[in-house]
Amino acid sequence: MANTATSLSSCGAPAVHFNRSSENLAAAPPAKQKAKYKERGNVLAEDQIVQMSKQLETFKSNLEEFASKHKQEIRKNSQFRVQFQEMCSTIGVDPLASGKGFWSEMLGVGDFYYELGVQIIEVCLALKHRNGGLITLDELHHRVLKGRGKYAQDVSQDDLMRAIKKLKVMGNGFGMIPVGGSYLVQSVPAELNMDHTVVLQLAEKKGYVTVSEIKDSLKWEKERACHVLDHLLKEGLAWLDSQAAEEAQYWLPALFAELTSRDVTPEEANQMTP
Amino acid sequence: MDRFSWSNGLLEINETLVIQQRGIRLYDGDDKAKLDSGVALLSTHRLIWRDVKNHECCIAMPLSQIVFFEEQAAGIGKSAKIIIHLHATPANKETGPYQHSKYSFIKLSFKEHGQIEFHRRLTEEMTQKRWESTPASQPIPTATGSQTGRTRAVGIVGIERKIEEKRKETDKNISEAFEDLSKLMVKAKEMVELSRSIANKIKDKQGNITEDETIRFKSYLLSMGIADPVTRETHGSGTHYHMQLAKQLGDMLQVPLEERGGMMALTEVYCLVNRARGMELLSPEDLVNACKVFESLKLPLSGVMVVQLQSHSEEEMISSALDNVSDKGSLTAEEFAKLLGLSVLLSKERLLLAEKMGHLCTDDSVEGLRFYPNLF
Repeated sequence: MANTATSLSSCGAPAVHFNRSSENLAAAPPAKQKAKYKERGNVLAEDQIVQMSKQLETFKSNLEEFASKHKQEIRKNSQFRVQFQEMCSTIGVDPLASGKGFWSEMLGVGDFYYELGVQIIEVCLALKHRNGGLITLDELHHRVLKGRGKYAQDVSQDDLMRAIKKLKVMGNGFGMIPVGGSYLVQSVPAELNMDHTVVLQLAEKKGYVTVSEIKDSLKWEKERACHVLDHLLKEGLAWLDSQAAEEAQYWLPALFAELTSRDVTPEEANQMTP
Repeated sequence: MDRFSWSNGLLEINETLVIQQRGIRLYDGDDKAKLDSGVALLSTHRLIWRDVKNHECCIAMPLSQIVFFEEQAAGIGKSAKIIIHLHATPANKETGPYQHSKYSFIKLSFKEHGQIEFHRRLTEEMTQKRWESTPASQPIPTATGSQTGRTRAVGIVGIERKIEEKRKETDKNISEAFEDLSKLMVKAKEMVELSRSIANKIKDKQGNITEDETIRFKSYLLSMGIADPVTRETHGSGTHYHMQLAKQLGDMLQVPLEERGGMMALTEVYCLVNRARGMELLSPEDLVNACKVFESLKLPLSGVMVVQLQSHSEEEMISSALDNVSDKGSLTAEEFAKLLGLSVLLSKERLLLAEKMGHLCTDDSVEGLRFYPNLF
């Protein structure tokens, strides 16, 4: 039988030209068809799936061996975790995608980050009445560590950021805004555009900002500055000190956390809003 | 780089080591310095750098020289860096590797990572400025120093040696772990490539792949953590695992949902479920995919994802919201939340939805958003 009519296309998949030979081929019973494809050194998807299943089993046992030797390393060493994550990302694997994944089950990375996610959500929720849902990464780190207690394993800021990245999947406005060398973590779906972000960055140095400062540094008109500041007030991200010496000051509780001597209760916070 | 002075690298009496990091290359401004592989040590008083090959090559700079610093993210083929901006050179600075520099900043390039913690600790030290309150004693005299000077130096060298030994030990463990990890990654990469080949074939509809085989394939992808854009189109993100999970969640969330006005934000659900499990926690994606199975996942206005009881239809919720608002004349999201036992976020969502439907209108002031029945 003439098999000149069939040829391999550049990607290796068989390209069947429609002519008499191919009709013969098509008419052959499925088993023979499969065999003919195999002859040409091309593997079918079904066979590849079987192959993958076998490779998966091998991989699983390799991972188990790795885990038995090095699980502690991942647990104790945040640098190693960073390297591990970056290697995974380079090859196109997300070890945190599912709790049912091998990485999670055998290395325990999943539980580590998912629990961290819970702790992050809880800290953000507890402080939302005070800072409107915006918190510095440093403060978040500090409070998460405090909540975890003395004997829990250490958590780096890189760990926090990866956990937050995962939380984004659930909507709810989790995000990170670069500010002054670190980040602000947003945990509410308040709309913050470039203007808001830039004002936050300006306020970072002193914890507050005034309309004049915005006009001077950013060269905006008064209306634009007031519009942005009003939005921040409304979202609970800024507090207004209208009794400040020269000019009203807009304070961002997210930024002056270190200066406060005690935590404000929700009732007190309600009394303070304008 | 002309702010650095030669140093013996020994810590002084009141000086404490804060953090050290290997694999640091120094930059004079934007130019690579010859000092390309060393350990950076941050103490309470100084920034010290020691060449990894030639330990005698050691330089230091007081932290008071630093104006501010910032991170520079890693790029392709480029390590992450910390850029440190410096004050002008003081007149009494001792000699160092550079007589003069046209730059007033340096960079630390973290070829072996560690930039995040280093940055963090540097931030702490620059905030606390411990060098101001505990001035280090006279610098340890060098070769011509007094007897006591030498004794002091030996004691500290002993401590530093211990730190060095421990670091070497840790490094050895880590190198081994890294080697094993790299081998593992090579195998994982093969699987990724194989899965891509399969996915392409499925996409091009080549061969006879059964439903069953596709579902099996999806579970392999799940195990490996490989993203699945191809079969997701035809089969959704669910696997058997997610369907099981969905049933469990359905049972588990019935009561909590009823207690909270029929709706819960997905992040609330995440915390509730994972706190209850204690171990073998769910990933955020697991939760999202499981909820999608039930089609009980809603995405109201502002992108907040919520889980909703089947029994609560949208019309019911809106008309009851309208009743509540009418009863009280007007309501803010906080007041509505208290009334229903909902979270403030979700109560706002519900009121906004009612507004969108034209049943409510709002008064938007700096004091907040207040909802009124729409009489127009």
